[in-house]
This record gives sequence, C-alpha cells and structure tokens, in this order.
Amino acid sequence: MKTFIQIQRYGDYGDREPVKAEGATQNQADWPLWEVFIRSKMGLDHKHVGSLHAADAQMAIENARDVYTRRQEGISIWVVESKYIHASNPDEAASFYDPANDKVYRHPTFYDLPDELKAM
Amino acid sequence: MEKQATINLEQQFQDRVDQDIRIEPKDWMPEKYRQTLIRQISQHAHSEIVGMLPEGNWITRAPSLRRKATLIAKVQDEAGHGLYLYSAAETLGISRAEMIDQLHTGKAKYSSIFNYPTLTWADIGAIGWLVDGAAIMNQVPLCRTSYGPYARAMVRICKEESFHQRQGFEILLTLSRGTEAQKAMCQDAINRWWWPSIMMFGPADDASPHTAQSMKWKIKRFTNDELRQKFVDICAEQVKILGMQLPDSELKWNPETGHHDFGKINWEEFWQVISGNGPCNKERIAARVKAHEEGAWVREAATAFASKQAQKQSAAVA
Ligand SMILES: [Fe+2]
Ligand SMILES: [Fe+2]
Repeated sequence: MKTFIQIQRYGDYGDREPVKAEGATQNQADWPLWEVFIRSKMGLDHKHVGSLHAADAQMAIENARDVYTRRQEGISIWVVESKYIHASNPDEAASFYDPANDKVYRHPTFYDLPDELKAM
Repeated sequence: MEKQATINLEQQFQDRVDQDIRIEPKDWMPEKYRQTLIRQISQHAHSEIVGMLPEGNWITRAPSLRRKATLIAKVQDEAGHGLYLYSAAETLGISRAEMIDQLHTGKAKYSSIFNYPTLTWADIGAIGWLVDGAAIMNQVPLCRTSYGPYARAMVRICKEESFHQRQGFEILLTLSRGTEAQKAMCQDAINRWWWPSIMMFGPADDASPHTAQSMKWKIKRFTNDELRQKFVDICAEQVKILGMQLPDSELKWNPETGHHDFGKINWEEFWQVISGNGPCNKERIAARVKAHEEGAWVREAATAFASKQAQKQSAAVA
C-alpha cells in the first residue's frame, strides 16, 4: 500500500531507495574510462565530446567513431584515459583566477585614444 | 559551525542554479541533488537500452531494405543515447557496472512503455511517432537542465531524435494509404500505443515536496501534466494526416482552455507495469541479462589482449 504520494517525472520511475554513489559493491570491473575529443573539420581544435569505456586505445577510437561520429561529426579523434586528466579545483576558482581580475589594461578598450585615429 | 558551512554552500549552490549557471561534476552539490540525478539519469539510460528490444524484434522482418536500414540506424542511435547518459551518470560517482547491476537485479527501473510487445510491423511506426514523440517532448526541456553533463547529453540526443519520429510517421503514413488490411493494422497499432505513450509523462501533478525540489533545482522545467497536454494537442492534429483516430472517445477541442480535453488515464495499469507486471517485463530483463552474460568472455578477452599488448610494448621499449 502506498503511504505517500510520490510524483515521478521523465526518467524517474519511483525507486524509493536512494542510489548509493560511493562504496558500492562491484561484481566485475569496468573497462577503463576514456575521454573523447573530436575535430569536426580541418582548421578547428579537437573538442571534448564525452567519454566511453574501452579495453585499449584502439577500441576507444573505434567506439568513439561509432557513437560520436555517426553523422559525420568528425574527421579526427583523440582519446585519453580519464585518469590522466588533471583539472583545476572549482572550489579554489576565486583565488586561482584572481590575478587576472584587476588587469583591465590587458584589453584594447582600456586605452583612451581619439576617434580620428584610424586602422588601429 | 559545520552545519552553518553546509547551509552557506547550499545557498551558494541554489544561487548558481537560480542564475542558470550550470553545475559541473567537480562542483559542490547537495547529496540529495546528486542522488536524484544518479537515479534519474541512470533510469533514463536504462530506458534507451531496453527500448532497443521491442524495435530490434522487427529488424529481420522489416518489409524493405530501406525500412531495415533506417530501423537499424534508429536502434543504433538508441544504444548511443544509452551510452551518453551512462557517461553523464558516471560523472556523479557511480560506476557503469553498478548501474548495469541495478538494472539486472530490478533495483533500477526504466520507462514502462518498453514492457509492451511489438505485435505487428505497424507497431514500429507507432513507436517512432508516439513513443519517440513523447520522449522528444520530455527531452527538449532537459537540454536546459541544471547539471552540465546531463544537459549536454540531452542536446546530442535531441538532435538525433527527430529522424526517429519522422521515420515512424512515414511508416504509418504508408500503411494508412495502403490496403484495407494495412489501414486496419495502422489503426490497431495506434490503439495499443496511444495510452501507454501518454503515460510516459508520469503520474498526474499533485502537491509533492519531491516535485518541488526537482523544479527548484531546475532538474525539471515543466510538470508532467503540462508536457502531456502539449503532446495530446499535437498528436490530435497529426493523427488527422493519417486519417486515423486516437482511441479516446472523450478527446475533443476545448475552445475555453485552448487545449484538447482527454479521457481518464488508467493509472492502475501504469503502476502494475512499473512494478514488474507488464506484458514483457520479465522477457526484457532476461534479454538484457543474457546479452550481458554471453558477452562476458568478449570483455575478458579484450582486457587480456589489451594487457598483453601493453606488456609487449613495454618489453620492446626496454
Ligand atoms: Fe533515444
Ligand atoms: Fe529515439
């Protein structure tokens, strides 16, 4: 018998137990996780598009082709094992980027020049 | 002191959400937000994967090469959608293996719609039109959901979905212009898929603290009933192009509300199917478990091959 009203929305089908994110038991290990970067056309940078699991780099590239370029979204793929990505810490963003905050003179608009000055 | 610190963090978090600044994996987030997302995204992923089964049923029997090629492409897209969503859930700290485990043991659920059988070829048309149609209605607002990886996965998915709906409608349109038997088959499929499709939006809106929280965190942007109403309004018009009928005698335009009124949904059926008693629940999970178990040796072999190659390579370097 239901003792309380529970509303579910799309993709939420009423699992009452909260899913445990940490310390969960695992039956078998996943293949390593890889981050995928794709160059959509010549002249552009590779851009992060997502991740996938694969046993090795070759498989990661082939799987990336199958899931991330089914509609000709890419002409070049990079993969790197996720564990090799090092990232800045968002909790320290305020102090980390602080040195740039008071240096507006790095922007061209900082300089006071007459309107008659052309081509600069 | 510590409690105060958490309150401040929660306030900062809510401020960001209110300003429509996306939350990213390494950002601080309330534990309940993380859990809600893990549950929602993983169940969404499971739905994409289980959703391949009813359609896969017709790949070998598609009536032409064109239909077969497009159905394969669609089912392949759904596999991709599952992958994008599993990856998004993994950024929240749950492993892929654990999610798969939850699906196989019945701990995690998936959309009730995929527990209905695909009895005729017309069902493939009805699924594309109605099931993918309802999915699109749900998914478009999720492109602006507050969690960055989920929103990005949804953008990718939405781009791919529109062909799914169009291929389905084309199948029905062809049948609707065919023989009497084909027309009957078309109407029959619509009759069977209509109600389960509008159930896909979930139970009717009610006062619920759970809902309020998801809206406040901007995980959700519209209520179930708002989306369902939109969907009914659109389908009521589209069905006319097919010259078919939606199986609801109470469906009619209401000039006062500017929407279509429609009949009562059988929520008892919905809850039965969700809790495992739909026509195909057991079959679907059994198919997933079988595929997973029979693929175990492939996963092991690939791992063994990869480590051998790595050993060879380091030996060559030394
Ligand atoms: Fe999908
Ligand atoms: Fe789809």
